[in-house]
Amino acid sequence: MAKITFITSDNETHIVEGDSGSVMELAVNNGIQGIDGDCGGVCSCATCHVHVSPEDISKTGEASEIEKDMLELDDNADAYSRLGCQLAISDALDGIVLRVAK
Amino acid sequence: MAESRFSNRICVVLGASHAGVNFAFSLRREGWDGEILLFDSDPELPYHRPPLSKTYLTNGDTIEKNLLKPEESYKKEGITLRLGTTVSTINKEAHTIILEDGDVQPYDKLVIATGARPIIPPIPGIDTSKNVFLIRSAKDIADIRSALKHSKSKRIVIIGGGYIGLEAAASLKKTGADVTVLEREERVLARVTAPEMSNFFKELHTENEVPILTAKDVKAIETQKGYNEVLCTDGSRYIADILILGCGIRVNQELAKEAGLDIENGIRVNSMARTNDKDIYAIGDCTFHYNPHYDRFIRLECVQNAVDQAKVAAAAICGKEPIYDTIPWFWSDQYDVKLQMVGLSEGYDRALVRKEVNRDNCFSIWYFKGDTLLAVDAVNNAKAYVYGTKFIKSGEKIDTSKLLDSSIEFKPSNLLAE
Repeated sequence: MAKITFITSDNETHIVEGDSGSVMELAVNNGIQGIDGDCGGVCSCATCHVHVSPEDISKTGEASEIEKDMLELDDNADAYSRLGCQLAISDALDGIVLRVAK
Repeated sequence: MAESRFSNRICVVLGASHAGVNFAFSLRREGWDGEILLFDSDPELPYHRPPLSKTYLTNGDTIEKNLLKPEESYKKEGITLRLGTTVSTINKEAHTIILEDGDVQPYDKLVIATGARPIIPPIPGIDTSKNVFLIRSAKDIADIRSALKHSKSKRIVIIGGGYIGLEAAASLKKTGADVTVLEREERVLARVTAPEMSNFFKELHTENEVPILTAKDVKAIETQKGYNEVLCTDGSRYIADILILGCGIRVNQELAKEAGLDIENGIRVNSMARTNDKDIYAIGDCTFHYNPHYDRFIRLECVQNAVDQAKVAAAAICGKEPIYDTIPWFWSDQYDVKLQMVGLSEGYDRALVRKEVNRDNCFSIWYFKGDTLLAVDAVNNAKAYVYGTKFIKSGEKIDTSKLLDSSIEFKPSNLLAE
């Protein structure tokens, strides 16, 4: 079980729990504003962009190559950017804080 | 909550797929606090359609794993789902819809998101054939899975080498079936891509032991005891325990047409997704809409258009003045190949192929008209897809000799024309 904090672009904080699936699915299932997941989680739309809190990047790891490329669609992507669909939920993600990209 | 100008008003949505569902949630977000009713004849909770021909066909998941939104979200947002309910008439003068069972539902605003349905070609014998399937709904896939389970020899013929047919071929091959694709044109994906892309996919399938047979015009289907035989005009015959049709779609526009709404190649809408009736909007695959970037009316079959038009219609109904102005994008997954497309290539006069050094199956096709980039098809190359998107949006000119030179590091600033 992982407890994950989402901070939306309106600065609303939502703490939700998940034990399987992806961070994108968890966000969609909990109605987190700004995470759309239009392609259903196949790294094709980049509508699930989150910024990982810098102290948590060791838990999530960095984006993969295709993910980094897709993140370039957003001019605000940075070294802490990930696509939620590419982050599989596991105990390792417990406690992380994700800021939803604008 | 204080009453707003939308309180006690009813928004009815026909069609609960990508367009209808995204619209309903967007409408709530835009401030509509009246009722929202979503009608669909499909009894399942709304689900993602693109995976149906891809992962969902093979992974054995239930549809619950593939939902657009969880059931609780509809309750939470006060969106009423009327699934398994067929609508038979729109009465725009009375502001009502009439259901198949005769019930009348009034509306203040109506949104048509009825999408499209697969074409069943008028091939003699098709009505009496065994195990003939389409790929559009969750039930279609459940039926295919069940037929596969009960078939010993698992010989599958797919009629149609478009995206649906090719994706289904790749997925079904993975399950161990013996798959053949019959395409009527001289090449697959002829309507949507350059010949280089058609050749690439033909070879990809051939390498994966899925024959792609082109210029195969099916003239009849004969059904023996347990299987079908597909007869082509050139005299060739193919045995099919299971037959899958990927022959394109027809827009579900009959309700709109009978109601007297403007129809061309789909339901005609303006840049706010509104039809010629001020209280009726249409969104998604069923619309014929103006694309400002390409300066023409188009109809699109894709998630992007469904979602983006949904947002525009929601904003418009809540009193904003949005303009639908987007660059279409699409994707297709076959075997381990990811194809990503952006823009509309129709009308191109040059298709340039950029290959990446030391990477197999990694290239992109750049479609130009004069020096204007219209579209990019990228195979296992998200960079090309992303850069293509940026160039199409910005309109910056590309130095095509640099684009074709794979020894130059691939990044936008290196491709700009002087």
